[in-house]
Amino acid sequence: MSFEPKIVGFLCNWCTYTGADLAGTSRMKYAPNVRVVRVMCSGRVDPTFVLKAFREGADGVLLGGCHPGDCHYQSGNMKTLRRIPLLKRLLKDMGIEEGRLRLEWISASEGERYQRVINEFVEQVRALGPLNLEVRKALPKKSQATA
Amino acid sequence: MPYKIGVYVCHCGTNIAGMVNVEEVADFARGIPGVTLSRTYKFMCSDPGQALLQEDIRKNGLDAVVVAACSPLMHERTFRRAAQEAGLNPFLVQIANIREQCSWVTEGKGAATEKAKALVAAAVRRAREHQPLEMRRVEITPSALVVGGGIAGIQAALDLADAGVQVVLVEREPSIGGHMAMFDKTFPTLDCAACILTPKMVAAGSHPNIKLMTWSEVEEVSGFVGNFKVKIRRKAGYVDHDKCTGCGLCIEKCPYKADSEFEQGLAKRKAIYLPFAQAVPNKPIIDKNACAYLKNGKCRVCVKFCEAAAIDFTQQDRVEEVTVGTIVLATGFQAMDGRRIPELGYGRLPGVYSALEFERLNNAAGPTNGVIQTRDGRAPRSVAILHCTGSRDENHHRYCSRVCCMYALKYAHLLREKLPEARVYNFYIDMRCFGKGYEEFYKRLQEEGVRFVRGKGAQVWGGAEWKAMVPAAAVPEGLEDHQLVVVAEDSLLQQVLHVPVDMVVLTPAFEPRFDAEEVGRRFLVSRGADGFFLEQHPKLAPVSTTNEGVFIAGACQGPKDIPDTVAQGSAAASKALSLITRKEIEIEATTAHVQDELCSGCRTCIGLCPYNAITFDEARKRAAVNDALCKGCGTCVAACPSSAILARHFGDRQIFSEIEGLLSL
Repeated sequence: MSFEPKIVGFLCNWCTYTGADLAGTSRMKYAPNVRVVRVMCSGRVDPTFVLKAFREGADGVLLGGCHPGDCHYQSGNMKTLRRIPLLKRLLKDMGIEEGRLRLEWISASEGERYQRVINEFVEQVRALGPLNLEVRKALPKKSQATA
Repeated sequence: MPYKIGVYVCHCGTNIAGMVNVEEVADFARGIPGVTLSRTYKFMCSDPGQALLQEDIRKNGLDAVVVAACSPLMHERTFRRAAQEAGLNPFLVQIANIREQCSWVTEGKGAATEKAKALVAAAVRRAREHQPLEMRRVEITPSALVVGGGIAGIQAALDLADAGVQVVLVEREPSIGGHMAMFDKTFPTLDCAACILTPKMVAAGSHPNIKLMTWSEVEEVSGFVGNFKVKIRRKAGYVDHDKCTGCGLCIEKCPYKADSEFEQGLAKRKAIYLPFAQAVPNKPIIDKNACAYLKNGKCRVCVKFCEAAAIDFTQQDRVEEVTVGTIVLATGFQAMDGRRIPELGYGRLPGVYSALEFERLNNAAGPTNGVIQTRDGRAPRSVAILHCTGSRDENHHRYCSRVCCMYALKYAHLLREKLPEARVYNFYIDMRCFGKGYEEFYKRLQEEGVRFVRGKGAQVWGGAEWKAMVPAAAVPEGLEDHQLVVVAEDSLLQQVLHVPVDMVVLTPAFEPRFDAEEVGRRFLVSRGADGFFLEQHPKLAPVSTTNEGVFIAGACQGPKDIPDTVAQGSAAASKALSLITRKEIEIEATTAHVQDELCSGCRTCIGLCPYNAITFDEARKRAAVNDALCKGCGTCVAACPSSAILARHFGDRQIFSEIEGLLSL
């Protein structure tokens, strides 16, 4: 049996989550591997969310936000955009391939694009194989969260 | 921390149950720590479904509820309200989206059921971390802004004003009226557009509750539902409209001219001008690009003749700020530029007209006083109307512009009426006559001797060009140089036709306004794949947007005819009114909060907040969030290096638990 990756998607409420709903309303079929956490804005995605997902068994993490300039909160998506390169460097140092983290701008009307991105990303992560368990163990077990 | 959780798995008829084994999901949920009961039900959103949930809350003292059903964007409010009625804080409800993001998109029952279980596990774990929150209430300013003074905006403004709401109606052009003011007759009843529109324009212009701002544009919008602060640029028109009596002497005397925008460039207007005779307000403005005084400092003829001393060359643009409770966007459409389809000859061949040009040509108040003639003054003996110019076209717009079939029929009728000898062709792909009385109008036109050719007009050539290009045998008999040849495939006869005509009328596609993207951003309204503003729900919330308190009406939402546009104008007004009459509304309680004892005073968060909601207390060296300004995006929470900021309802604990649940199987 081929490897079925587990992927966590953090989608902003206004664009990508709505776009994902539209894919549903339009009955567009896509791979079942991505499980979604709804956040109000992609700007809410704390890098620790991504680390936490990898720690808990995710093989890939997808972040979805509004197109630049279309953010419901004006500029939250741009904050995310700036965090990603830093986070990717950190992941690399931990031995997690860059290709396991993907940031996509998907608007509320882009159900078709959502479907395509999901299928592409699932294949991409499938090709990378399961996340190295040694790496996973090295990630902090308990979150540092105080809130 | 809630530990008596009820889980409800909705069948949604067969929408969910057809793909997800709902009983298996419910059994699985029963085994998750904290779950005291787990049920399935045919339709959770129905009254009995909600009653079931309410009864459980009351009888079993549930302290949180998970509903596995459709998207939270669909029914989260429904279940929150139901919980609240039963005495449970609405924030102790969590939705697992097992329809839009599971049963409808997954192939294979096994995979769909597994995914649903993971989503339910996540929702339960998250619900265990939920805290009760109080909704915040804000007062609504009882006024409205309507952007765009076409028929949609006029209708919305009048409906609101008649209900006693103070309305600011902003129009970019010097007069309200929009596209409808340019039309001659309206299909299918053929009543004259001006006759039905002008009274509404006048009513809007003189209504005591409407403040009309023409020659003005919205520059900035801040605030949120109930209290939008809007900056409006009042462009300098160099005429003091408080003093101007509208006598028109300045226009008569002005020696300089420019192309008339209203007449589609088919006629000239003066440098000081009214766009058209029935303009509202009926007072002129000066075009600074055509006025000799504003360009070179010479002339001032208008000043000399103006007895009211209303000409004011010192006028500058100024920015006015208004506060309104709600906004209606009715910014309309633009017609596609025919030059983008060069093979149709528009802009190159003088005999090819756009639809708006033909409207003006046919209008009794237009450049030819309603005489249909070519640019060289000939009465056309044959006219071809080409449907779908840029619509239903993979190279341009995939959508149907919805009104072209009908106005093409209208043109055919008007041509036959004014020029009974003329041959009139309609080249169409499909006839789409779907409205009330439309099919009947089509039947009537078929009996009026109009020639219908099922096939898209693909190319238009000048007579001289055609003669030079094709062998003499392929030149239609008697083709004159100034004539045109329409090339089309008659798909019923399966034959390519070359039809000689004197005039061609194109039906350019409806397009979003050139600045729709910018306007959408200004009002935080998304756009669809076609570029038009996106409604909240295509069927159930057609004039609402995802930005609460902002509504859309008319062709800015997509191509539409006048009846539908007016209906949307009224619909948007009624939505705005229903908001205003509530006097206050509840807004999200999910704001950010700085935990004093953890804040290091680094100020990272302050620059990140797009709403300036975070201030720094110099004395205590701590940041603080202003609840009234915070919109709950959570950007500051993610950025705080000390994890000192708490996102209510979207806190780290809640999201971590959700992640754990998602990956627990």
